[in-house]
Amino acid sequence: VLVNRKLIIAHFWLAFAAFGLALVLGAWQMFIRSPLHTWITNPEWYYRSLTAHGTVMGYVFPTLVAMGFGYAITESALERRLVGARWAWAGFWLIAVGAVMAMLPVALGRASVLYTFYPPLIGSPFYYLGVVLVVVGSWIWVALMSVNLRDWKRDHPGAPVPLAMFANVAGSYLWAWTAVGAAFELLLQIIPVALGLKNTIDAGLARVFFSWTLHAIVYFWLIPTYIAYYAIVPRAIGGKVYSDTIARISFILFLVISMPIGIHHTFPDPQVGAGFKFIHSAFTALVALPTLLTVFTICASVEIAGRLRGGRGVFGWIVALPWDNPIMLAVAFSFIMLGFGGAGGLINMSYQLDTSVHNTQWITGHFHLIFGGAIVIMYFAIAYDLWPHLTGRALPDLRLVRTQLWLWFIGMIVTTFPWHYVGILGMPRRMSYFDFTDPALSQEASSVTLSAIGGFILLISGLLFLLILGRSQVAPRVEAGPYRFSVAVHPLTTVPAALNGYALWVALMIGLTVTNYGFPIAALVARQDTSVPAVYVGAQ
Amino acid sequence: MSAREIFSFRNSYFTASVGVAVTLFILTALGGFIVLPYAQREVKFAGLWDAICSSAGVPRRADSIAAPASAHPTSSVVLTSTTLARPSQQSIGRGATLAQRCAIRHGPTGISQADSPNLAGQYASVIFKELLDFRSGARTNAVMTPFAVDLSDQDIADLAVYYAYLPRLPAYHPEPQLPPTRIVIYGAPLRGIAPCGSCHGSLDNKPGSPWLEGQSQAYMKAQLQSFASGQRRNDISQQMRNVARVMTPQEIDEAAAYYASQPPEIVKATD
Repeated sequence: VLVNRKLIIAHFWLAFAAFGLALVLGAWQMFIRSPLHTWITNPEWYYRSLTAHGTVMGYVFPTLVAMGFGYAITESALERRLVGARWAWAGFWLIAVGAVMAMLPVALGRASVLYTFYPPLIGSPFYYLGVVLVVVGSWIWVALMSVNLRDWKRDHPGAPVPLAMFANVAGSYLWAWTAVGAAFELLLQIIPVALGLKNTIDAGLARVFFSWTLHAIVYFWLIPTYIAYYAIVPRAIGGKVYSDTIARISFILFLVISMPIGIHHTFPDPQVGAGFKFIHSAFTALVALPTLLTVFTICASVEIAGRLRGGRGVFGWIVALPWDNPIMLAVAFSFIMLGFGGAGGLINMSYQLDTSVHNTQWITGHFHLIFGGAIVIMYFAIAYDLWPHLTGRALPDLRLVRTQLWLWFIGMIVTTFPWHYVGILGMPRRMSYFDFTDPALSQEASSVTLSAIGGFILLISGLLFLLILGRSQVAPRVEAGPYRFSVAVHPLTTVPAALNGYALWVALMIGLTVTNYGFPIAALVARQDTSVPAVYVGAQ
Repeated sequence: MSAREIFSFRNSYFTASVGVAVTLFILTALGGFIVLPYAQREVKFAGLWDAICSSAGVPRRADSIAAPASAHPTSSVVLTSTTLARPSQQSIGRGATLAQRCAIRHGPTGISQADSPNLAGQYASVIFKELLDFRSGARTNAVMTPFAVDLSDQDIADLAVYYAYLPRLPAYHPEPQLPPTRIVIYGAPLRGIAPCGSCHGSLDNKPGSPWLEGQSQAYMKAQLQSFASGQRRNDISQQMRNVARVMTPQEIDEAAAYYASQPPEIVKATD
């Protein structure tokens, strides 16, 4: 039974409200730089919008979803009241204040530096301090997850930690450590320059620090989705988790190897040696492993549901699945997008193949397909699944829910497939306009138009999502019952200590960070001749 | 199970996970630091350690061939956030006295009647940079160079803050205001030309770039042409030369005519 419903629903509403605003900006960006619109006369507006879109979608929205879902998991999976609800509210308000504080200078044109910061570009210190508040707010959540699990373990010595909570805490530790890279960049490098205490910055070192955060943050976004795959989907469609142990191993693998691989984001950067790029490239290949394990386990779990529903033969179980169930639909869409996105990711992580797509629209297409597609569609599913338990009211119109999910899936495919294509043709990302009248670019015009139309479909779907949630706030009351997660085919009664805790895995995560990042960072820190003058945004 | 038991080789999870991680790191390190460097046939290493250092990203000194001496001095102006910050009244006053010798060409109020730049209200960083470039020879001009060679650093800073202090006034030869042309608003993305206003003020201002509104059309055209021909070369990293070289003569005319016809009052007050 969820006790702190208000806390959880506040996180979700703030997350989705911010998501709605950023979605409008995203659709506007797609439109004004497509052939449907004349060139924007002041590119600054584009970069303002891009900074706001990225900051909200990258830092605010998924963090709040992970936090809200994390609190819901704590109370439902551990079957006890959340410890430290006041702290949780403090974290929430830190994020709310931080988000506003970061967005004001962006709106005023004082921080058009994009969410990846891009030193030596330097914006208003309030932008960075706002981002820091968001991260600090989320670290409170990390601490609370750890404290709540410790308390539960103390009262249940030796008992297996419920899978959803095990994964949730793994995600929180992953975030705690991966955020350290950007925290170093902000606190030690950027903020002193933004405050005027220094006027040079080592942009290369800053990029290495950011890569520490940038890749694993994607897995932090991904963890709620994977929890939904394992802990919601089988229950929602009437099946069982094929293997609790494989699930645990997948989350452990994410914790250990999503971290020491970020340098594949800096393949063309001269400040990192080719040897380290190779090591990171090889470790990146490994991170496909937990995803493949998950795809296998979830397909097996779904097959169990299909067969329990009377499906026969090699494909009969697929037909027998409850396709009118929104969760079934969401997970199918999510897997399709994960498949395409993952295949594209294999190209990005290969040192040589990356050179042909690096910094092109291919990359934009890739991370929108993975994050905006595979991940966010499961955030919708999580919200739909949790909502009656949070509001005590029904989701009235399942057809509308299905329409919303279909539109999101179609919109994301229509947006990102042409993006991938024009990326291969060489279209750079982060440009406010393109001269489509030029013979060299005219062949890209129709693809870009198509992807802008996809953007509008996404916008409609996103607004529909908010409408569905908003309408259910005034729907008739229902008794939703306790919130439960999937059970395994063979529920665990005992579990090896290594698969029931994190000490070993956090130690490995930190150890691999030291081996894979230690030398590149130390070498850059030790050199005195690598700084460049800062370029202040919006200043004379 | 206590921490000691988890971090023990008797714990098969510990042995396996640490073993796999260490093995993978060693294998990938061998690949990245030894196998792949030597696989590049065109690269020669002094030895194994050299190959490892090279692929670890340790910078190496380039071959000791001196860079060819440039026939032309390049701009060496350094502008920090404190160089021209908070000018004193004395500095502006000294600048006003020194500026009397500039009045014959640049006008007593900083508005030229002789197709020279209008300096009243120009950014201090711009005047500072151009005078230093004239003095060092990075920019040459038969009239300006003799004036500049005798100026001290302090003189130059004083002149810069004095002209920046003067109010922006309408140009001497006001023209009907022309609509902006494509090259001014958008640049030419495929030729690598940014919109003029992305440095020169209407969209954003980059330090060292003057505002252009109401300047002499003949002067601006001549500067674009001399950037294009390489005669003028005090732009940092060839920023203006790269732009001017790929502009068509018609675009040069349009840009000069457009800026000459704009009233200086519309310069964005970013400073």
